[in-house]
Amino acid sequence: MQLMKRKTNKSNVRAIKKIAPALAAASCSLLSVGSGTALARGEAGTWDFDAASLFYAETDDRVSAVEPVFSATRNFEDGEVLNLKAAYDVLTGASPNGATPSATPQTFTTPSGNSTYTTDAGDAPIDDTFKDTRVALSASWLAPINRDWEYSAAFYGSKEYDYLSIGTSGGIKRYLNNKNTALNAGLSFSFDTIEPEGDIPGALAEMPHIGSGDDFSATRIDTSDDKTIIDALFGVTQVINRNTIMQFNYSVSMSDGYLTDPFKILSVIEDTAGANFGGNLQNGNGNNIYLYEARPDSRIKHSLYWQTKYALANGDVIDGSYRFMLDDWGINSHTFDFRYRWQLGSSYLEPHLRYYMQSEADFYKRYITETEYNAGSLKEATSDYRLGDLDGMTIGLKYGHKLDNDHEFNIRVEYYLQSNSGDNGIGLLKDQDLYPDTKALIFQVGYSF
Amino acid sequence: MNKSIKQSFSRSHLSALTAVVLGSFVLSACSDLGVKPWERDVLARPEMQLIHDPIEAGLDDHIYFSKEASSGGRGFGGGGCGCN
Repeated sequence: MQLMKRKTNKSNVRAIKKIAPALAAASCSLLSVGSGTALARGEAGTWDFDAASLFYAETDDRVSAVEPVFSATRNFEDGEVLNLKAAYDVLTGASPNGATPSATPQTFTTPSGNSTYTTDAGDAPIDDTFKDTRVALSASWLAPINRDWEYSAAFYGSKEYDYLSIGTSGGIKRYLNNKNTALNAGLSFSFDTIEPEGDIPGALAEMPHIGSGDDFSATRIDTSDDKTIIDALFGVTQVINRNTIMQFNYSVSMSDGYLTDPFKILSVIEDTAGANFGGNLQNGNGNNIYLYEARPDSRIKHSLYWQTKYALANGDVIDGSYRFMLDDWGINSHTFDFRYRWQLGSSYLEPHLRYYMQSEADFYKRYITETEYNAGSLKEATSDYRLGDLDGMTIGLKYGHKLDNDHEFNIRVEYYLQSNSGDNGIGLLKDQDLYPDTKALIFQVGYSF
Repeated sequence: MNKSIKQSFSRSHLSALTAVVLGSFVLSACSDLGVKPWERDVLARPEMQLIHDPIEAGLDDHIYFSKEASSGGRGFGGGGCGCN
């Protein structure tokens, strides 16, 4: 009898030991920097590997990217989890430079100052010299302290041709109510350095026309600059019932330093009555006037995040989340995400819908008027569409298949449509499409073993 | 003057009391939720993890970080890319 009791206790402990890492994984995403860390999947003492490759392509020959990722996760006997991840990015294509389209061809100086490129009349001005590669490495560690407490630590580094980012993060978690509730707190610190081709232009400095003999170096203020980002996150994860788990997070992110995009410019548009009303303002040399953008040197973002997962009796899983973000740049956003995992034996199909909407930053301007330019009172301005009024819609489908050896193959295809809106311009500018849509195809293949 | 101090004092007390009452309500509500250890079979399934596919989540975070003004929420927003 006693022997049986001991045996039952032992098997209970073993069961709890087996469940604990899974629950830990279920109830906390704290460990990750940008939430990219693998969760405990396999048995203790083994390595889990995940490999995937992302292909991202925007229409109209804009940005395209290929990003292979490899992740290795080691699950230890006592519940510790080590994750190592490497990603490699190759980006090519063209990116909007911020200027407005015009009824006449426009000539721009490349960011390096070594050459020029021309945009035809009526076309969206895009800089096609855009090309970059990026390597990102990260390591994270999660370990229990005792029955109720757990800690995590992570390190991160990425390098691009002109950009370096290093970061570290740490978190602590406390389980309550028989591990049905978990309270999380985490802190992350990142330090980024930018050393752009052609150095850093002055805030709202006039873009030099190198073909007209303008002094390119006179518009540069430094060879490099940096920023620090501190994030804090507080979360509650709650098991609702046998089929439902829910998470609430509040996070705050504080950025300080150089937050401007050194490659973006704004057009200066004539707003005095005449033949060129709504056309590009020109300088004494007969060249269009464009100004380099300038953003504030600090930003504080607050986010509220809610996620719920619900398992249906037939094995399907519903995953819904909502995020509200607001910052001191005047932007607020809503993100809705919905996935339905349709279990088909050892395979599954997962339709995905995501809807995003954001308001524009206080200093967002599609263009600068001649009056504003002459007054010289503007301190900050950007025409970067990513800081404007925008809606984004993603629709996608994922297929996964579990093989007999517990390996999984998956593939997903998604379509992303981004629409901008705002001030439609004056005079001649009214004939131009100031807010072209961004359309992208996302394709990913993955294999877990 | 004294009256306004008194008013703000009682207002802050009221806020604190509200927070305590709400906090207790939330915690007691939480303690009523949940399952017994032997009822965790469904929640322990890999697809029931809040981030089921961390690789996909990381790639998506990277895409949207470079196309939109918001990031983070589910995890840290951080930096790590010159794309925004």
